[in-house]
Amino acid sequence: MQDSTLTSPAKGSQKKFVFGGILIIAAIILLIITNTRAGAQYFLTVDEIKERQEEIIGKDIRVSGAVLGDSIVYDTENLILKFEVAHVPGDNDEIDAQGGLAMVLHQAVNNPDANRILVVYEGVMPDLLQNEAQAIMTGKIGEDGIFYASELLLKCPTKYEEAIPEQSANS
Amino acid sequence: MLPNLGYGTLVITLIVSIYAIVSAVIGERKNLYKYVESARLALLLTFPLLTLAVISIVILLVNQNYEVQYVYNVTSSTMPTYLKVTALWGGQAGSLVFWAWLMAAFGSAVTLRKWDRDHDLLPWVIIVSSVTLAFFLIMIVVFENPFIRFWTLPSGGELVAMFAPAGSQLIHPFDGRGLNPLLRHPGMIIHPPMLYLGFVSFVIPYAFGMAALITGRTDDRWIRLTRRWTLVAWMFLSIGLILGSRWSYDVLGWGGYWAWDPVENAAFMPWLSGTAFLHSVMIQEKRGLFKRWNMILVIITYSLVIFGTFLTRSGVLSSVHAFAQSAIGPMFFIFIGLSFIISLAFLIKRWDDLRSEGVMTSLLSRESLFLINNLLFIGILVVVFWGTVYPLISELFTGQKVTVGPPFYNSTTGPLFVGLLLLMGIAPLSAWGHSTWKTLGKALWIPAIGSLILIVVLFVSGVRSIGALIGFTVASLAAFVTIYEFWRGMKARHKRNGENYLVALWKLTARNRRRYGGYIIHLSVVFMAIGIIGIEFFQTETQGRIAPGESLSLAGYTVTYKNLAEFDVADGRNVARAVLSVSKNGKDLGELYPRRDFYYDSQQPMTIPGVRSTVEDDLYVILVNWEQISSLGATFKVFHNPLINWLWYGGILLVIGSFIAAWPDPEKEIELAPSRIMRKETGNLVSKP
Repeated sequence: MQDSTLTSPAKGSQKKFVFGGILIIAAIILLIITNTRAGAQYFLTVDEIKERQEEIIGKDIRVSGAVLGDSIVYDTENLILKFEVAHVPGDNDEIDAQGGLAMVLHQAVNNPDANRILVVYEGVMPDLLQNEAQAIMTGKIGEDGIFYASELLLKCPTKYEEAIPEQSANS
Repeated sequence: MLPNLGYGTLVITLIVSIYAIVSAVIGERKNLYKYVESARLALLLTFPLLTLAVISIVILLVNQNYEVQYVYNVTSSTMPTYLKVTALWGGQAGSLVFWAWLMAAFGSAVTLRKWDRDHDLLPWVIIVSSVTLAFFLIMIVVFENPFIRFWTLPSGGELVAMFAPAGSQLIHPFDGRGLNPLLRHPGMIIHPPMLYLGFVSFVIPYAFGMAALITGRTDDRWIRLTRRWTLVAWMFLSIGLILGSRWSYDVLGWGGYWAWDPVENAAFMPWLSGTAFLHSVMIQEKRGLFKRWNMILVIITYSLVIFGTFLTRSGVLSSVHAFAQSAIGPMFFIFIGLSFIISLAFLIKRWDDLRSEGVMTSLLSRESLFLINNLLFIGILVVVFWGTVYPLISELFTGQKVTVGPPFYNSTTGPLFVGLLLLMGIAPLSAWGHSTWKTLGKALWIPAIGSLILIVVLFVSGVRSIGALIGFTVASLAAFVTIYEFWRGMKARHKRNGENYLVALWKLTARNRRRYGGYIIHLSVVFMAIGIIGIEFFQTETQGRIAPGESLSLAGYTVTYKNLAEFDVADGRNVARAVLSVSKNGKDLGELYPRRDFYYDSQQPMTIPGVRSTVEDDLYVILVNWEQISSLGATFKVFHNPLINWLWYGGILLVIGSFIAAWPDPEKEIELAPSRIMRKETGNLVSKP
């Protein structure tokens, strides 16, 4: 029995591999589709949140904004962190057109007309949370209009690369 | 002037690498050996040239030449010298030079080998290496020059330029901006070069694959020639990933080791396709199957390596690994697209030559299980790729940017990783060619009983999480099967040669390095799985503000706040350091010192946890906040991370296994596996376990 299948491999014997392979691939695709639906987070700007506040209450949202340093309040007893973020554009090209991320963040923080939202986060205050940092937050908008973040990432573009040094005037 | 010398060297290297391409093409076309030889020498020349450029950058960094923009951006005078040296890869321009330098080194190393039998491959290997090198050099010379300096114009304006604008003066800033404190961690300092070593060394197997495709030498020669390269590339990539994990565990402050961040994914994707490749080449060597598939895998891996460099450098996707945006993004995209299309065109041209030499017959045979292994690895790759680019795709089709977070990755890749662990437990026992449940079962039942006992013990001791139980079942099965394989081999040698068990183990491994090195890597993966299951399913935490003398309790541990001191350190930091005593079940275990460093140069704080590590668990304490008058207390967050250290032990074991598997073996240069030689002679399939 063993020899016959080995010496003359029938066409039919390949079917089971194709079938098995398709089964695995289908399972993977199914996993991807269902989990994408369940895990989707809408990437919104502060402006968009203000505009669509009613329809997005309770949905998973990811929002990025410029941190207002003066608004940071940290309750160290209960580790509850509150701060405001101002609107920054969500589009990379738009950010570039306005002079880069550092410039956009700087302007957002110093523009009193920019839309702002209050963020509440429970946990350890990240080291990079400071004025003009970019906060990328995942969470939900409450009916009170406050953004309840479950995840908080920070970027400080000025910490990396920039064109002209500030000290240059002194030298 | 050092910057001019450095820049000049870069330009010359670019010219030399373009010369190598042209000369190799002419030599290949006209079949003129001396042109190929000249191209080979040109590629060899790029390495000393780029070494000169790298040395120039390092000297500028160490000498604090802040008039150079790159030096200004990545170093400051308070940084110790070793950090200034490693700032070579601390920023964008420098890391591209570093990449090119490694490429030149590996390209040169490859051309130095003996090419007797493989002369037809040489020109193409030179061309692929030189094209890749030239691309990076163009990026550096045109877009990301590390040698540009600050100038003041006579009009009073300021600008950055390579050469002095008319009448301008150099600006010498007093101090640089310094490396981001978050990156001043030993793991982070060697993590980028490890990743880059992995990235760049994967170019070599690709170059050979392409050479084989173009010349029509579609046998396994290219795979045999690059087996060790692939393994070493894979090892460096693995080390890079594990070090990155370790860095984020130590630095990011919540004990997270992996965040499915786009940049992490970018490094993980070539690792996945590379791992699939490492496995599936074995089927081609043993059975002559999967030839097309292996070409596809090596092409994908090369594209992903460049894509990884592109993602980390372009800022296309938001990531915690912030790097400035730059003009090089679109160029990378074009290069990846072109090289991918050209590679596929060659593959299609040779499609019929790459026919399999046989067919698979048995669903449980080794080759069939390897096929499933490949499907799962590529499945995970597709999941990660999908998740990474999903924001771009959704924006393109719906106008709405939608992302998927870690829960998506965890729940999608979780079952696939379980499948891989399960295969790791079954495949080593299955035979090439033909296997049945009966033959498999004979070998499998002892390890299976071992896992079953373990799971019952875990269940009785109170583990109720289904995910953890499944994870431990498949991980322990893989571990027991691997150990059982070692044991069987040892026992056979002991019986046959009368060697004692240790000698038998040593000789067994030494004689079949690839196989047993591979098994050691399997064990290391089990270790890592144990660590990941531990922290994912059993991590607990607590927090609170406590006055001196008060304590927090977690998982049997008690941490008591003793005192806190604030002081300045010579390297430009202000340190707030708390002293906590730790005890478990009344037994004193010493002290922990969580602290907060404040860097004056960058005005940035950095939290450094106090960690007590054991085989069993980590007690991980963060100083969150404190009152100026320390008697008023301080706030701490405490994490208990069970089994996490197995992740790092696994990393070390992985390196050991890789070294064993890759160790050169001069006396044994077998052309074809015995089973395939026999089959070729008799026309029959002979399965050989």
